[in-house]
Amino acid sequence: MLKKHGVLPGFSMTLGFTLTYLSLIVLVPLSATLLKSASLGWDGFWAVIAAPRVLASYKLTFGAALAGASINAVFGLLVAWVLVRYDFFGKKLIDAFVDLPFALPTAVAGIALATLYSSKGWIGQFFAPLGIKIAFTPIGVIVALTFIGLPFVVRTVQPILEDFETELEEAATSLGANRWQVFQMVILPTLLPALLTGFALAFARAVGEYGSVIFIAGNIPMVSEITPLLIVTKLEQYDYAGATALAVSMLTVSFGLLLAINGLQRWSQQRRA
Amino acid sequence: MSSIVLPSPIGRAHREPALVRWLLTAFALVFLIGFLFLPLAVVFTQALGKGWAAYGAALIEPNALSAIWLTVLAAAIAVPLNMVFGIAAAWAIAKFEFPGKSLLLTLIDLPFSVSPVVSGLIYVLLFGLQGWLGPWLQAHDIKLIFAVPGIVLATIFVTFPFVARELIPLMQAQGTEEEEAAIVLGASGWQTFRRVTLPNVKWGLLYGVILCNARAMGEFGAVSVVSGHIRGLTNTVPLHVEILYNEYNSAAAFAVASILALLALATLAAKTLVERRMQRP
Repeated sequence: MLKKHGVLPGFSMTLGFTLTYLSLIVLVPLSATLLKSASLGWDGFWAVIAAPRVLASYKLTFGAALAGASINAVFGLLVAWVLVRYDFFGKKLIDAFVDLPFALPTAVAGIALATLYSSKGWIGQFFAPLGIKIAFTPIGVIVALTFIGLPFVVRTVQPILEDFETELEEAATSLGANRWQVFQMVILPTLLPALLTGFALAFARAVGEYGSVIFIAGNIPMVSEITPLLIVTKLEQYDYAGATALAVSMLTVSFGLLLAINGLQRWSQQRRA
Repeated sequence: MSSIVLPSPIGRAHREPALVRWLLTAFALVFLIGFLFLPLAVVFTQALGKGWAAYGAALIEPNALSAIWLTVLAAAIAVPLNMVFGIAAAWAIAKFEFPGKSLLLTLIDLPFSVSPVVSGLIYVLLFGLQGWLGPWLQAHDIKLIFAVPGIVLATIFVTFPFVARELIPLMQAQGTEEEEAAIVLGASGWQTFRRVTLPNVKWGLLYGVILCNARAMGEFGAVSVVSGHIRGLTNTVPLHVEILYNEYNSAAAFAVASILALLALATLAAKTLVERRMQRP
């Protein structure tokens, strides 16, 4: 039942505006897209989303997103650890810079990473003699997706680590556990929900990413072509039905990830309380 | 060997050996240098690669100026609209109880989990020539897609949740007592909001607006789909960067990109300052 609204005014006005604006900007356009894909029929839909070139793009998109999120899980945890536990010169500045991928437009990140990791770039030149090409290969896609997902794990793990009771560690140490055992058996289990949440957020963001990837990927069909780019390609060929089918397949994955992330966040909060 | 355990000074028991500390810090810094600092440094060195004169020329060229104008225009429409929406949504959600609230919260977050390309596509499917409303719009000579309104719409969509998701938890944490007291004492709803609620949430609001603006000015994927890439007309700054880069005009591309990088640095600075104000009650 509805609770009585007390004395505060403005409920129907603000909720009405919220629902109207949400419907106009988000719900109606999204539903229109889902309806449009229904007009394709199941067979037409399946023919688009299971074409070999599309399947190759899924493999790259999800594989590279998984790789990027995994790199971020490891290094994000490391960065959060170092920022919370140690002192070093420039720590505050570095802490602020962790959010750069949120603030830097993706197109700028894309051309910068492509230049940096190309075989003549500052970093790429050290890999080229080893026969490793980074830019314009699937590895480049992983680099871009690592960049854009970088803040997620750091920012989810950092607050948990800051609140962590060091008494627990001291107790474990006094009971004879060595440092690695303390980390593995006391610290890591406490951080796990936050770590997984950060991983899932980085993965979800990476799956849909477009701007930073297309400059460094090389965009070779079947090799280094991500799914969002295929949507754009189909649109440019006026294949609206195909683009819609691909978009709906991506939306389905996004919604699934959103639900998973909500669940993880609830778990994380319960563990924290 | 020795079994004498001396009481360790506070903080010692949870410390790694100096070498481990040093190595972990070094690994973390190398990772951050490779993924954050060098990309940023590349932008500025490449931008100035052909000297200051070429740099300036790339920025005041008419197409660059019109791109800057369009980017500012899109943000100037999208940010205030999403700010008003964020405040309204936070007021309804944080100050009142109603069924379906958690569903509403999820729906507000939805645009963040949609791929930028799909965010643009949904408007093309609605307003484009082949879209649901396309024929009607064409009959009335209204052009939304491959025109400025489409760019504004796509920008609103991708920045939709920023202010709301910043304000909702903040206003929930602050409860309703202060507002109720103001109303009982005879203040109007609007006065209560302006004099009681707003001062309590102003830093959170500013924080959301800063993030919203950064994304609005930097959005690429969604805007790219609805823009049509008409130079001087429907190119935003990020799209202008792409065109220059694809024409192998790398110095100019990075010159234009450098203003976006400066915007990102200003965003980080402003964000850090506001975070400090929020921690100090």
